[in-house]
Amino acid sequence: MNSITRPAFDIERIRADFPILGQSVYGKPLIFLDSAASAQKPRQVIDALVETMETQYANVHRGLHWMSERTTEAYEGVRGKVAQLLNAPDPREIVFAKNSTELINLVAHSYGRGVMKPGQAVVISEMEHHANLVPWQMLRDSHGIELRVAPITDGGELDMAAFELLLEDGKVGLVAMTHMSNVLGTVTPAARIAALAHAHGARVLFDGSQAVVHRAVDVQALDADFYVFTGHKLYGPTGIGAMYAKRELLERMPPFMGGGDMIGSVSFAHSSWAEIPHKFEAGTPPIIEAIGLGVAIDYVQSIGYEAIAGHEAELVEHTLRRLAEIPSVQVLGHAQDRGGVFSFKMANAHAHDIATLLDRGGIAVRAGNHCAEPLMHRLGMDSTARASVGIYTTTDEIDVFANALIRVGEFFA
Amino acid sequence: MFDPSTLADVRALYSDAIRQHGRHPGHAGRLAEADGVAKGDNPMCGDRVQVFIRRAGSTISEASFEARGCEISLASADLMCEAVAGQPIDRVRDLAGEVEAMARTGRCDACDDAMTRLQPLAAVHEFPSRVKCVTLPWRALIAAVDGLEEATSE
Repeated sequence: MNSITRPAFDIERIRADFPILGQSVYGKPLIFLDSAASAQKPRQVIDALVETMETQYANVHRGLHWMSERTTEAYEGVRGKVAQLLNAPDPREIVFAKNSTELINLVAHSYGRGVMKPGQAVVISEMEHHANLVPWQMLRDSHGIELRVAPITDGGELDMAAFELLLEDGKVGLVAMTHMSNVLGTVTPAARIAALAHAHGARVLFDGSQAVVHRAVDVQALDADFYVFTGHKLYGPTGIGAMYAKRELLERMPPFMGGGDMIGSVSFAHSSWAEIPHKFEAGTPPIIEAIGLGVAIDYVQSIGYEAIAGHEAELVEHTLRRLAEIPSVQVLGHAQDRGGVFSFKMANAHAHDIATLLDRGGIAVRAGNHCAEPLMHRLGMDSTARASVGIYTTTDEIDVFANALIRVGEFFA
Repeated sequence: MFDPSTLADVRALYSDAIRQHGRHPGHAGRLAEADGVAKGDNPMCGDRVQVFIRRAGSTISEASFEARGCEISLASADLMCEAVAGQPIDRVRDLAGEVEAMARTGRCDACDDAMTRLQPLAAVHEFPSRVKCVTLPWRALIAAVDGLEEATSE
């Protein structure tokens, strides 16, 4: 590969942190190749959830007592951890919600309806997850915003020339794009996308749900206006996601949902909003989940993104090589810059039949349209099987998977 | 590990009858001059089926299907078309209900000749995520019988 010395990546120690990896499925050791859908959780995160509820739990921001103060401190501390993870300048630029989907809906509502004007346009790409497509269709239909779709190449990369053409008339107010495809594994050139968007007067949102799992994200280096991700793919609990947004944008955006915790003062005639980020966080937030996310971030950072990326590069190379050895397997997309997500189809075998056979061998993969139906149509497919790796995935597991695929191919020959 | 016991497990579902009907369906294709046509769509997995029926009085004289989907759904559609040809419409409705129950429980209570021929589909009850693959064509069939254009898997 290259001459840079990679930090030690102790796969056995990491695997020992994930209790579920000791489970058997149909009497076979679990080989979990569905981390792109949701990742498994390390002991540290699991323990943190229990410890919070056993030792230090109350509602946040409202109690005048010790438990509430400590819990508020822990909860708000996670905002700082997220800011540090994304290299955001200010923790007040971090907004919590339950997942990436909710955060994109928040932006579509508060920025789309609240700041954008009818007649403006939003640009997405052909490889978006439904989470970064449907909210913009809803904005289009309710607010007179045009929705433009930037094409991808047959290799599964963003067509940069075509993308730039979509920006040229200056009507685009927002570019909303994946930072890493959940189907093709393609990592998009986020800094170039942001620079082009800004050059044409548009703001840019990145869906980092997959990307943040696989590499260090620096929202200042990217010059992202919005960057969203979800906790459960980053080895954290479900029910918690986070967004970075530039302060000046958050200040201009009206709230998304109304309720407690997001207000300044309330009378029957009128309410005023809390300061950012709280004006976007109505109601009791996912306190325990946020604390769990903080521990997941600590966990990932204790391993280090450089080590994670090195391990993943090895897995990507190994997986692509093993799959290329099986003539009946066709991997979708071959982007230069890609992560450990592999969608594939097999001659003579439907994705669901592949998944069922692998499942009985203890191997968990996803099959279907991966919440990206328009991309499936673009690729001329109805459904594919998808294997995706995590920090706990080993090359030995990939070998078992590839050998199993050979047997699946024989079964359906 | 993916060993012989794994293949033995899946053969319970992918029996010879299922394999034969799934790979070489005899009733695939559009029916000319159909009296009823309905689609079934499972958006979660991408399976899609269209069922065509022709009536003769109160019986279904012939049925066919066009589909994209897995081997299980194709086999279910093909076995269905075979089973319902010549059956009174009331009996077809019962069959659809009985197949659905059998797919969920693995049991066929009071199995008659027609249901006996559908029994290869019973094995799907051991594979809960695949039950819809079996039931989707049947729901489309009932939609066609009822003069509807579309059924869903739920």
